[in-house]
Amino acid sequence: MTPTPASPSETLRAPLVVEFPFTRSLGPVQSAFLTGLRERTVLGVRTETGAVLVPPVEYDPATAAELRDLVEVGATGTVTTWAWNPEPRPGQPLPTPFAWVLVRLDGADTALLHALDAPGPEAVRTGMRVRIRWAAERSGAITDIACFEPYDSDPVAEPGAHDGRFTDPVTGIVAAARLDYTYSPGRAQTRYLHALTERRTVGERCPSCTKVYVPPRGACPTCGIATTDQVEVGPRGTVTTYCIVNIKAKNLDIEVPYVYAHIALDGAGLALHGRIGGIPYDQVRMGLRVEPVWSEDGRYPDHYRPTGEPDADYDTYKELL
Amino acid sequence: MTPHRPDREVAIVAFAQSDHRRRTDDLSEVEMVMPVLHDVLRQTGLRTSDIGFTCSGSSDYLAGRAFSFTMALDGVGAWPPISESHVETDGAWALYEAWVKLLTGEADTALVYSYGKSSPGSVRDVLTRQLDPYYLAPLWPDSVALAALQAQALVDAGATDEPALAAIAARSREDATANPHAQLPGARPQGEYVVQPLRTGDCPPIGDGAAAVILAAGDRARELCARPAWIRGMDHRIEAHSLGVRDLTDSPSTRLAAERAGAFEAPVDTAELHAPFTSQEVVLRRALDLDESVRVNPSGGALAANPVMAAGLIRLGEAAARIHRGDSDRALAHATSGPCLQQNLVAVLEGDSDA
Ligand SMILES: [Zn+2]
Repeated sequence: MTPTPASPSETLRAPLVVEFPFTRSLGPVQSAFLTGLRERTVLGVRTETGAVLVPPVEYDPATAAELRDLVEVGATGTVTTWAWNPEPRPGQPLPTPFAWVLVRLDGADTALLHALDAPGPEAVRTGMRVRIRWAAERSGAITDIACFEPYDSDPVAEPGAHDGRFTDPVTGIVAAARLDYTYSPGRAQTRYLHALTERRTVGERCPSCTKVYVPPRGACPTCGIATTDQVEVGPRGTVTTYCIVNIKAKNLDIEVPYVYAHIALDGAGLALHGRIGGIPYDQVRMGLRVEPVWSEDGRYPDHYRPTGEPDADYDTYKELL
Repeated sequence: MTPHRPDREVAIVAFAQSDHRRRTDDLSEVEMVMPVLHDVLRQTGLRTSDIGFTCSGSSDYLAGRAFSFTMALDGVGAWPPISESHVETDGAWALYEAWVKLLTGEADTALVYSYGKSSPGSVRDVLTRQLDPYYLAPLWPDSVALAALQAQALVDAGATDEPALAAIAARSREDATANPHAQLPGARPQGEYVVQPLRTGDCPPIGDGAAAVILAAGDRARELCARPAWIRGMDHRIEAHSLGVRDLTDSPSTRLAAERAGAFEAPVDTAELHAPFTSQEVVLRRALDLDESVRVNPSGGALAANPVMAAGLIRLGEAAARIHRGDSDRALAHATSGPCLQQNLVAVLEGDSDA
């Protein structure tokens, strides 16, 4: 409980991966377009003024009118602008250097973004003619177009008729994404985590209201100022409130029912949460005095168990509920 | 089109920003934000409890965590409960929300802040997740690639060329030498192509940073600031989201927002433009009809410091700070969000004349 000045320590870093396979449904227009790609057919949608939008959308970007008039456009087209990508990044269409291109397909009035496979930037120019290279395996996604490739041909102006119907239409896509981060928790949480490796729990005291935050995040949310003094709290504490968990969590090797509690460590200004063990679940109570139990190589307490002390007086923890 | 005339006077009365750095591993978001919050409060003498409305801007995708803004809120002093809101975009839009709140008369002062740490992830990849998930995001076209497509369209149209882009980069970073917060002050080589035709020098630095402003209405603004930067008008507009539908050499949304904000009613002497890429300054100058008489990005702009989610708010803050100092009488501030200047916000700021 002796305050020590908060000192900068080596900042912790750890990899953090965020992955999400969003499942998205398709409306009638996007469904027809992506199913068409699976069948090597490119569809656009005609607006009220007769313009053909490729890729197609369900509502006119200028008037917001509903668009459903599908037409078929060519697999050949003209580059309207480009950018040479010398170092492809993960997930991009080609692993070798390529050009990003906007391509106006024959019969379309707008351009589609994709990759152009070309030997180098000197082989690419605005106005060049290209055609679609289809992916060998196609599932009904924009990546069914593997890329574009240079292809000399005469433009075809008129789009063809198409009812947009296919057998076994694609109605949804899975938009998989993965982002890699290196997480750093900042000064306050780094100090907290460092102390835990020594099986000590440190909070930080607000210089204004003197409340001790555990775990500390660097600021007092009441006063909006930095918490400056590091304070060791616990190891013992008091159960301020609890619940009995009856549903087994996935990947969690704990028998139900068990007790999850708010525990006010001695000297802390608020309660943290942890599991209570070493006592039957129906004997846990508010005011129960507990202490942390560390597993062999644990980096934080595995659970808290009764100390055997008399229960704490309600008045000693009522402000921490 | 007639510009909207706000019937309540609202001004930016204080502005603060962090020193923008490539990495801030030693700081959590709240640790990065708190000093700028304290700075604007100190400038005005206000305490948290005096603030009528608080609004912030940030992005979970940068942080890699859901509801990440709630952690930064600890730096505000949110107890007892405050009137608070958050936008998941650049803080310029948080300022817009706060401005509207003040115009309604529901508050007399507002604290607006925003922050972004790009260093934990790869911002080029992170920004692909804001794209259309059906046709664009599966191809992972990164922010530099999309800006490069726009740059090439400008070159093809004869609107610029590589030496002109290099001159924009050089002027911005030279100007940034007078900005103590800038991440890239001073001359640096244009470098190799990142995505042709954009070279390293045409691209913004990747970095972490935060900014805050305080808004106040009417006489409250005059009490808090010797020369308030009055917001005479503000508007934001958006382009069609499909890039292939747009003329990438133009920014009709910027022009319309400027019209609605009253930017064309009288000349401006300063323009803080949120143009992370040199080529985007070309587009914005054309859309806003800015000639050589207008001082563009005296702060160095986003080419000198581009903390994602704060860089737009910083444009408003820098323009206001020039008015506070008496360096400008009528300034335009612009913020953007999304690929190739997809969304654009324009504000017109004025100082009282000395007479
Ligand atoms: Zn406090």
